Amino acid sequence: MNSRLDLARSEDLAPEGEQVPSRVRVQPPTVPGPTVSAAPTGLTETTAEFQPLVAPELVFDSREVSIFYGAKQALAGVNLGIRRCQITALIGPSGCGKTTFLRSLNRMNDPVPGFRIEGQILYHGHDVYGSNVDRVEVRRRIGMVFQKPNPFPKSIYDNVAWAPRNLGLRRGLDERVEAALRGAALWDEVKDRLKDSALGLSGGQQQRLCIARAIAIEPDVLLLDEPASALDPIATAAIEELMHGLKGRFTIVIVTHNMQQAARVADRTAFFSLETAGPKPVGTLIEVDETEKIFGDPRDPRTRDYVSGRFG
Amino acid sequence: MSDLIPDPTAPLTPSGNLRRRQIVSRITEGGATAAAVIALAALVVVLWTVIARGAPAISFDFLFKGYPQGVGPMLLGTIAISIYATLIAMPIGVLVALYISEYSGAKGARTLKLILDLLNGLPSIILGLFAFIFIVAAQEKQTAFAGAVALAIIELPLIARGSQEVLQLVPKHLREASDALGVARWRAVLTVVLPTAIGGIVTSTVLAVARAAGETAPLILTTSNFDPKSFSVNPFEALPNVPTWIYKVSEEGSDAGYAEAWGMALVLVFIILVTSLGARALLARSKRKLSSS
Repeated sequence: MNSRLDLARSEDLAPEGEQVPSRVRVQPPTVPGPTVSAAPTGLTETTAEFQPLVAPELVFDSREVSIFYGAKQALAGVNLGIRRCQITALIGPSGCGKTTFLRSLNRMNDPVPGFRIEGQILYHGHDVYGSNVDRVEVRRRIGMVFQKPNPFPKSIYDNVAWAPRNLGLRRGLDERVEAALRGAALWDEVKDRLKDSALGLSGGQQQRLCIARAIAIEPDVLLLDEPASALDPIATAAIEELMHGLKGRFTIVIVTHNMQQAARVADRTAFFSLETAGPKPVGTLIEVDETEKIFGDPRDPRTRDYVSGRFG
Repeated sequence: MSDLIPDPTAPLTPSGNLRRRQIVSRITEGGATAAAVIALAALVVVLWTVIARGAPAISFDFLFKGYPQGVGPMLLGTIAISIYATLIAMPIGVLVALYISEYSGAKGARTLKLILDLLNGLPSIILGLFAFIFIVAAQEKQTAFAGAVALAIIELPLIARGSQEVLQLVPKHLREASDALGVARWRAVLTVVLPTAIGGIVTSTVLAVARAAGETAPLILTTSNFDPKSFSVNPFEALPNVPTWIYKVSEEGSDAGYAEAWGMALVLVFIILVTSLGARALLARSKRKLSSS
């Protein structure tokens, strides 16, 4: 791993008050992570003919994505762009495929039996499902936080330090852990008990620890799968506040059942629903727009029904 | 029809065939209890006999001196052979368990588990014969190593199955968490899954050792022609060991021989009971810890 890059990037995550100008990445990274040029196993240029079509601010560009589990179709024809350093919320009723879509962005669905995807998900212009793509490398850049907090049965410190250690980012590990915990607004609560088991934390603290663990390796994108649904309102508020803090540094995609949450945190909101026109109900993307537009003046009557609570 | 449906206003005493069913129920319960008592009695009688007859033989000299005063070399040899067997069986067993829980997929896992269970059911004399033909006969020499190989085959399925069960208790979401961090699966296995399951793996191993330590048949074929005076742990010679010595001195048919056999039986039973009970307690603890997290 390139040490100069590592150092430079660890300053990105420096504690509050230091290195302020460098905290927000201003340059649009056509090279998304530190490993692109160094690692030959990274995402490769398999889709050169598509690249010029990708708008520069789009991190993800999903094109006609359909997803199947065996014979069952979960999603049909999703066209959705995810913009850099913004929060995009995916909302919709249960079973509409929003979590399926989210998990497909970093290939977490690959082990699911019968999983099949059609269409293309372009990540900075590279096909996530391209033939030379290594899914470990995909997840290195596209981190994920799950619905239920899932800290490792290790100390708080080791939870955050685990991925950097295993990815060879050993230099300045203490600073990295501190920066990640500060980034996840957890540092002040745990700084005196870093060696204690992470399982002793409250649910909300555990979830923030999982976010710290995810940002410790400085991913490009954070995928959040209903990160607050297992938490009480106070812990939820803490997570939402944290998301505002993370916004400038990471591209965030969040799945949520909570429409107020989407309205509070998201820049853009995508509404998914079950399309019942065909023989079997299939998840589809109904509408995507600025959050105020979706909640204030949606184009599609189905979106209006859903956000106003009139959805069956 | 009307007989079967009780009059709802009748007193709440047994009606219809309830009385007969109650009798059958009592007989069944009594039979099951009696069977349980007999099983427990068998254990108590065996243990009591071993303790009553073995205790007089136990002394410092008996435990720590060589033949003819004591059985120190046999105890040392049994410990050494068990360690050699475990050194062979544990790495293989844990790797098999990892393969089943992390890599094989459902169908492969079923097949492998079946094979391990079949291996576990093999009579130990057959494993002894295997070690005898391929190692002892080939070298024309009895060795503790040959005995250790036979015992390792006995331990292998116990370690593999026990470890695999504990590994599969490690929550799926921990593997998912490490996947989502872009860390290769084998690193997650090594640094998250294994440490979480280590308690259970160690206890399965201890249980397997307790089982193998008392096996006699394989050792008679592979390491029975030893010098009962020599304190040795050399794996490339026949080592004295407790099970074959019990067998030998009982065969002599002398009172002194019987007394010695009972003494050694007590020592062996004590070691095995203590290790298996301890291991079981540990296993239960680590399983509780895993399922609560």
